[in-house]
Amino acid sequence: MNIDAVTFLSVDLPALLAALFACLSCALVGNFLVLRRQSLMGDAISHAVLPGIVAGFLVAGTRDTFPMLAGALTAALVAGVMIELVRRLGRVEAGAAMGVVFTGLFALGVVLIEQGPARQVDLDADCVLYGQLEAILWLTPGGWSDLADPAIWATLPRQVLQLVAVFAICLTIILIFFKEFTLVSFDPALADTLGLKSGLVQHVIVALAALAAIAAFEAVGSILVIAMLICPAATARLFTDRMVPQLALSLLVGGVTGVGGYGLAAFGPSLLGYDMAVNAAGSIAVLAGIILALSILLAPRYGVLARVTGRVMRGAAA
Amino acid sequence: MLQRLLSDNFIPTADAGVGALAVSGLSVAYHQRLVLRDVTWTAPAQGLVAVVGPNGAGKSTFLKAVLGLVPSLTGTIEVYGRPLKRQRALIGYVPQRESVDWDFPVSALDVVTMGRYGLIGWGRRIGAKHKQAAMQALDRVGMADFAHRQIGQLSGGQQQRVFLARALAQEARLYFMDEPLAGVDAATEQTILAVLRELDAEGRTVICVHHDLQTVAETFDHVLMLSGGLVAAGPVREALTEENLRRAYGQRASGLLLGPR
Amino acid sequence: MDMVGHNTLVVLLGATALGLAAGMVGCFMVLRRRALVSDALSHATLPGIVAAFLTGMALGVEGRSLPLLLTGAAISGAIAVMTIQAIKRWTRLTEDAAIGAVLSVFFGAGVVLLSVVQELPAANAAGLKGFIFGQTAAMRTGEAVGLGALALLAASMVWLFFKEFRLLAFDEGFARAAGWPTGRIDLALMALVTLVTVVGLQTVGLVLIIALLITPAATARFWTDDLARMLVIAGTVGAVSGGVGALLSSRFADLPAGAIIVLVATTLFFISLVVAPSRGLLGRSLRRARLRRALLAGELAP
Repeated sequence: MNIDAVTFLSVDLPALLAALFACLSCALVGNFLVLRRQSLMGDAISHAVLPGIVAGFLVAGTRDTFPMLAGALTAALVAGVMIELVRRLGRVEAGAAMGVVFTGLFALGVVLIEQGPARQVDLDADCVLYGQLEAILWLTPGGWSDLADPAIWATLPRQVLQLVAVFAICLTIILIFFKEFTLVSFDPALADTLGLKSGLVQHVIVALAALAAIAAFEAVGSILVIAMLICPAATARLFTDRMVPQLALSLLVGGVTGVGGYGLAAFGPSLLGYDMAVNAAGSIAVLAGIILALSILLAPRYGVLARVTGRVMRGAAA
Repeated sequence: MLQRLLSDNFIPTADAGVGALAVSGLSVAYHQRLVLRDVTWTAPAQGLVAVVGPNGAGKSTFLKAVLGLVPSLTGTIEVYGRPLKRQRALIGYVPQRESVDWDFPVSALDVVTMGRYGLIGWGRRIGAKHKQAAMQALDRVGMADFAHRQIGQLSGGQQQRVFLARALAQEARLYFMDEPLAGVDAATEQTILAVLRELDAEGRTVICVHHDLQTVAETFDHVLMLSGGLVAAGPVREALTEENLRRAYGQRASGLLLGPR
Repeated sequence: MDMVGHNTLVVLLGATALGLAAGMVGCFMVLRRRALVSDALSHATLPGIVAAFLTGMALGVEGRSLPLLLTGAAISGAIAVMTIQAIKRWTRLTEDAAIGAVLSVFFGAGVVLLSVVQELPAANAAGLKGFIFGQTAAMRTGEAVGLGALALLAASMVWLFFKEFRLLAFDEGFARAAGWPTGRIDLALMALVTLVTVVGLQTVGLVLIIALLITPAATARFWTDDLARMLVIAGTVGAVSGGVGALLSSRFADLPAGAIIVLVATTLFFISLVVAPSRGLLGRSLRRARLRRALLAGELAP
């Protein structure tokens, strides 16, 4: 397999960086969703943004990214608030509340897509589902030596810079409010009696998840976002009982999956002798699933194998 | 800012005649069913109060409504003469054990430290001073050796002691505890009772949902008897009478007080 | 001239039947707090559909034969549901995490397979994407008859096994202790849900079939506390959504049927949330206010 430096630098490197930072942001924020048993909030957000994206486009009338991102973020927040309202005011169980709200918003998005202006520019739902990792190009560097020049990094594609910025925002907020996030995830009632508003913190967590998800959509699509919000955090749950290692491990798993999954998609088939590339976002999700499945089986303490052998050994001892 | 907030909390001396907690006209309804009606009661400025009553009498609901964790239909709550909202820092709470996810990745020490988050304030690091205070609280309930154990790996009694230590770490003036002695081992029960007496000796008020009528008189000074509403309240000797018990528990009350009394 | 043409009538009846079936079956999912298992189930059909397509091509069968694709969908959906159960049973992970992980990984696998299909020179994958968003308007008479049969099957299963399904939904532990074959009842119920999902994919697509399973059932819950009534109401809400949605979409070219069907159901849900007398918002707050007034006026006898 031969890849020349320029192709790698202009096609693969920006895609790899985008995948990496999308995965890191989602994995980090996902911890709090998984720990609060709200994993499916990621799923709900990913579907519910569709009308926001289309509305952003319809209002602005262009395919510029910013209005669509703003629309998506608005839709995600509306979805979060609506789910909470349906749950509280209607006394509907959380799962059903999410199901009703996100499918309704998704349907609204599908209807909006079919309206005149959106149809004319072929704004299709595909890019929301799969993302366009392969379309992120970095044309500036002419060879490896160019990377030594710090100025060249500023010319990275907008999507990559955007994902780096969102990761920085998520990381900063989580570092600053680590103790509040942990407390509210563990025992919201205590938080309320201490006067730390648990409702507010929960909305901030959902908003961060929405931010991470939406920043990642454009590059990697909604499937990957759901996988990355849940799988790395779930994997980490199988290895540790402490908060800081939990976050660190999920970041590690997220990063490895992002880079590895892209590598598999881009170079895997040609290694096997097929001249094609498969969908990168899908491969990353599948790799995340494989890592989770292996962890479920093999994790030292909470893995299935360890539990079964532990039970057998206890049985033998008794 | 927090310091200012704290000094803002107004605590009159015990002889000023203001109770630790003044509940007036409190009613709570779940699903249109009145669980508590029109409870008016003032807690003593100091001492151990047992909240007793039959199953479904609204004991836990009373605690949660007072703390603002469930909405109340009518009524006002004052803590040391001021609305509860402004007196949060003076309140400590020990919930029932089932209320949290014991699989959560935190250690016993982490959980106890959470009791101090109100004192630490938004976005601030947890300083050495606070870790020390949390450690001392764990020590007080005999759990210092288990500080770094994940909470799910503790026994039920040990988990209850961690919850108690967390409340101690809050350094509150007024404590609410929801059945802290339910289903714990003998060692834990001794520890909890000893801590309750210490809190009392330090001049704090503890309001404690308690299901075992036979031990009320040994431990508590005051009784708040509920059964869908206020049945009786006052010093144990005056309020815990056969007559009142019959009003709260019905005819089953006969013999409830037998035993080591 | 007819108000409603032949094609429209076919679509209308088919969508009504699908709504009826999904509404009834969905009640058990919602009552068992498993609403989002249907989410995972429907997303997880994608790799099965594409794999079935690839298998068909390899065997020289027409890849887009509907029975083949739907069989593939049912198999991968069933595997996904079993995987969720296994994760819940064998690990410390909670159900929501299991559902989310399975959903996204299976769908991711489907997308990878789809990208393989698109690179194959001989393959015509045009129809496969229809499963993601549905193509109600393209419904043929045969499919509508199939949906009618499905509704009949769902209604008769629910009627025959009402007692068993109710027991399972209310208290699985008790049912097992009382000697009921809960495993088999559960299997029958999940098979029915899978069937509805897989058959509904064609019509409304894999995201919106989730809505037909959840929304009518959640709507019905506002109106009653009685399971038999809830089934009837949910079936009606589903059927009305299907019918009205299909009709609206036939009148206005810009309205895609699947999405409109779901929006009708969502609208009914929110109306019920507010006005339903027994568990709706208005009824509850009115009764609460009345209780408060009576209490303050001292009208309530102690």
